[in-house]
Amino acid sequence: MAAEKLLDFDVALEKFEPVLGFEVHIELGTVTKMFSPAPNPAAFGAESGAQSAAPNTLIATVDLGLPGSLPVVNEQAVRYSISLGLALGCSIAATSRFARKNYFYPDLAKNYQISQSDEPIAFEGEVEVELDDGTVFTVPIERAHMEEDAGKLTHMGGSTGRIQGAEYSLVDYNRAGVPLVEIVTKPIYGAEKRAPELARAYVATIRDIVRSLGVSEARMERGNLRCDANVSLRPRGQEKLGTRTETKNVNSLRSVERAVRYEIQRQAAILDAGGSILQETRHWHEDTGVTSPGRVKSDADDYRYFPEPDLVPIVPSRELVAELRAALPESPAAFRRRLKAEYGFTDSEFQDLVNANLLVELGQTVSAGAAPAQARKWWLGEILRIANSRGVEAGTLISPFDVSELIALVESGELTDRLARQVLEGVIAGEGTPDEVVKARGLAVVSDDTALIAAIDEALAAQPDVLDKIRDGKVQAAGAVIGAVMKAMKGTADAARVRELILERAQA
Amino acid sequence: MSDFSREQVQHLAALSRIALTPDEVDHLATELASIVDNVRKVSEVATADVPATSHPIPLQNVLRPDVVGDVLTNEQALSGAPDAADGRFRVSAILGEEQ
Amino acid sequence: MGDDLTRLTASALADKLAAGEVSSVEATSAHLDRIAEIDGGVHAFLHIAGDAALKRASEVDQLRADGHDVGPLGGVPIAIKDVLCTYDMPSTAASRILEGWIPPYDATVVARLRSANLIPLGKTNMDEFAMGSSTEYSAYGPTRNPWDLDRIPGGSGGGSAAAVASFEAPFALGSDTGGSIRQPAAVTGTVGVKPTYGGVSRYGAIALASSLDQVGPVSRTVLDAALLHDIIGGHDPRDSTSLDQLWPSFADAARAGAENLALSGVRIGVVKELGGAGFQAGVTQRFTETLRLLEQAGAEIVEVSAPHFEYAIAAYYLILPAEASSNLARFDSVRFGLRVTPEGGGTVEQVMAATREAGFGPEVKRRIILGTYALSAGYYDAYYGSAQKVRTLIQRDFDAAFEQVDLLLSPSAPTTAFKFGEKTADPLSMYLNDITTIPANLAGVPGMGLPIGLAPEDGLPVGLQIMAPAREDARLYRFGATLEALLEDAWGHPLLDLLPTVPHSYEPKPVGRVPAHLAPQPGAGTEPDGGAL
Repeated sequence: MAAEKLLDFDVALEKFEPVLGFEVHIELGTVTKMFSPAPNPAAFGAESGAQSAAPNTLIATVDLGLPGSLPVVNEQAVRYSISLGLALGCSIAATSRFARKNYFYPDLAKNYQISQSDEPIAFEGEVEVELDDGTVFTVPIERAHMEEDAGKLTHMGGSTGRIQGAEYSLVDYNRAGVPLVEIVTKPIYGAEKRAPELARAYVATIRDIVRSLGVSEARMERGNLRCDANVSLRPRGQEKLGTRTETKNVNSLRSVERAVRYEIQRQAAILDAGGSILQETRHWHEDTGVTSPGRVKSDADDYRYFPEPDLVPIVPSRELVAELRAALPESPAAFRRRLKAEYGFTDSEFQDLVNANLLVELGQTVSAGAAPAQARKWWLGEILRIANSRGVEAGTLISPFDVSELIALVESGELTDRLARQVLEGVIAGEGTPDEVVKARGLAVVSDDTALIAAIDEALAAQPDVLDKIRDGKVQAAGAVIGAVMKAMKGTADAARVRELILERAQA
Repeated sequence: MSDFSREQVQHLAALSRIALTPDEVDHLATELASIVDNVRKVSEVATADVPATSHPIPLQNVLRPDVVGDVLTNEQALSGAPDAADGRFRVSAILGEEQ
Repeated sequence: MGDDLTRLTASALADKLAAGEVSSVEATSAHLDRIAEIDGGVHAFLHIAGDAALKRASEVDQLRADGHDVGPLGGVPIAIKDVLCTYDMPSTAASRILEGWIPPYDATVVARLRSANLIPLGKTNMDEFAMGSSTEYSAYGPTRNPWDLDRIPGGSGGGSAAAVASFEAPFALGSDTGGSIRQPAAVTGTVGVKPTYGGVSRYGAIALASSLDQVGPVSRTVLDAALLHDIIGGHDPRDSTSLDQLWPSFADAARAGAENLALSGVRIGVVKELGGAGFQAGVTQRFTETLRLLEQAGAEIVEVSAPHFEYAIAAYYLILPAEASSNLARFDSVRFGLRVTPEGGGTVEQVMAATREAGFGPEVKRRIILGTYALSAGYYDAYYGSAQKVRTLIQRDFDAAFEQVDLLLSPSAPTTAFKFGEKTADPLSMYLNDITTIPANLAGVPGMGLPIGLAPEDGLPVGLQIMAPAREDARLYRFGATLEALLEDAWGHPLLDLLPTVPHSYEPKPVGRVPAHLAPQPGAGTEPDGGAL
């Protein structure tokens, strides 16, 4: 693929107005699949199990499209979908139906996808998206509908592992039938030069919503959350929308932003040169930072949707919708406002949390009992450091509940900061909860003063002039004794308590 | 009389992934025309005020608890496969050389 | 001895098994012998279980000997239509594309047969993917009507009907999408029931048209059908369209009907639109005689009109192909079944297209193309959408009729068994043959076909169709058993006693078979046969 001409971003924005649209697919974290009782590889906690299962082992008859097999809807997937619809401010359909979307592809076992067409479970909503400077942008939602994921193709024999040049492909249907919710926006106007930033912030907001609901782990690197970004440009002053492209395969927040920026620049260069945009699917290449045209399917626009005869309508009761509405967590936007005000964070402290994608974790840590400042300190400090060194997201390392427990142990004096860092390592290594790690590693602070006093006596015997210096007002002289005590106690002493005891002794 | 062109039948065959022979395309063009002439009468009575029926017996909210049930083994899954490798189904290249 | 056992009804055989007069091995052997003797001519079976059947029979005999309760039909042999998945026998739906395919699972109805200790004898022939009314569209050659090997046994379930009519099996499983149980029953002189939609699980039944398909019993008596329905019916959580309700015992209903032959107070409707012009004279005659017999037994007969039934065939031949085009998309050479690679290789898309070209027969291709057309952009509303509205109108016709009457009657089919090749030249004439049976599938109501005599002009069986409101299958069995008893009282014997000796093989007569692709010959095969008894 030849490199395409790009127009300078600012010049592009002077001449054209960008219009955005997003289709975000969320893999729900249910135990089983959308229409089959096979284990869901995207289930919560599937990290070491289903996610890495051997190919074609997480399948029931309908996942392979075996003749005679039939789908049955997963109740939990419906509940999750309704919750998600409500969190997106959508109306929940009085009657919702499944439909078949017919097209042939080897990863689609039945050669139709069970999806929803005219009657999605949720429709007409809006999401508040906060940009980096705190500006709130409202993104209109057209619909959120339920469907099933396809299997996975691996292209073999080519030099690149890509579809081009492959000699043959292998199909694994483990992912076939994973429950999906597809969230479709209406056209988004007015983002202007912040369009790329809005793209990232929108996807981040959806991710935060999904995670706060607990309906998906929403890990982009695993494909739990996938974004297709639609971009079109229209000349300034023109009413009619331009031709759009749909960019797929944008698998990180950063790529969403880059891909939208790239498409704006690419389309602007073509339009500026008097060319026209081809309506097509394009693929984002993370490595090279460009999009390339996807395969043009001859029958792409004739999916022959019709009502799925093997499934009956979903008619959510008022009671169910009310129950799920009542159980909704705070929206990420409201949550941010509260966090800022209630927790007393400065703008920059708050922004650090946003940048590290740790708002949800922070809130949950505080809900579990930790002080906001302590929660912030641990997440942005030690946990983020470990996450960065391993190249993973901090939120995946440890649960907010465990962080809260760790902070409680420090607050109660059972752990020093230094010990707590060792406990943290243990928890991240999977050794158990903080309590369990403390017990297993024997890390608890020695809080029995008699042991401390004995150690202090020993240290003072070696440095007899320290007490006098303290009495003369040179309190910092205590440091040498504290250091000696800590060394003798192999770090299990609480330094603050040692200091207190030394000062008491000097005053006695 | 409805008219089906060869191109129309070929388009439908492409959508249906059937490599019809030229002979079959010709026959189907004739047969479809005659069948469609007969089935199009449905629109005579299908007025706007009549609701559509997709299921003969109306049911709703038939749901399954989110509990793991019968799963096929890899061996069972591949038992009918025309070609398989590494526990997966093997198919020929998805794109032709010109693509 | 062997012949005697095959002549027994399933319920009579079950009695003998329970009394210890015969063993399941003996009963199973007798039927396997009968199959070996005559199936070369009839060709009802695509697969014969043979030793596996005998092994299972011997296990059931052992269970019984050990004092276990093997159930009311334990040890009775049964034939299974090849549209149903069986983990131990090929399940091909009579298509080349599934040749030799052994599913890794049992259809729910098959699993229920096995746990009721019935003995599967084998898989029966059918029109490919149940598309047809004659079994001529089987990829493995047609089944022949035991009444006359030159004639069709009906379809799509001609194999099950012929097997039961020719005493190769006491009863069988069939499936009915637009008459595939009832029409073969009519032309072979047997009993067949299409249950209320959702009354019997579709899980493991290779789908033709999901909103129309129902699995049901094929037998020689109403009681046998009821006994089988009791075993296979009832809620199945694997089928979302399965009705979650308790059903009465259909066998009890049939027994009650056979005991009390008075029909006073029973209101019977004759559907004006399902008779008259286009119906063979002998069919109309036997139908009229049956109405008289019912009247004599005290029933009240009224004519009812179902004005939208004339649109039923049109709606059916849009809905069925549309759903089938989607249901049959899975046959793509990737996960199961045939793979045909074009000369010199090809992309997966080309392999799929070549496989489907080679693996599907002409009728299947015709309906897939038609269904794809009916669903495609720009045509949906006019065709598929309108057909679904007609479905509503037909349901309303049924509702209005059942306000007036308890049951509706019509001939099961417009003609007796026609000859091979008569309708294959003109797909439309074959489609028109389904006029009587299709409305019940569109509306989901239950229907029963049972024999009411031989047409005087050709000596071939004539069938009566009884339809009841949805979920009132028991009413069919009760009334059907009464009518069956009244008819047999009048005849002095069951109709199948008149079955001529079935030849052991078929010698084709030099008759020009019409290739399937010839241009339509309007009216072909719709006239009465004209042959004398």
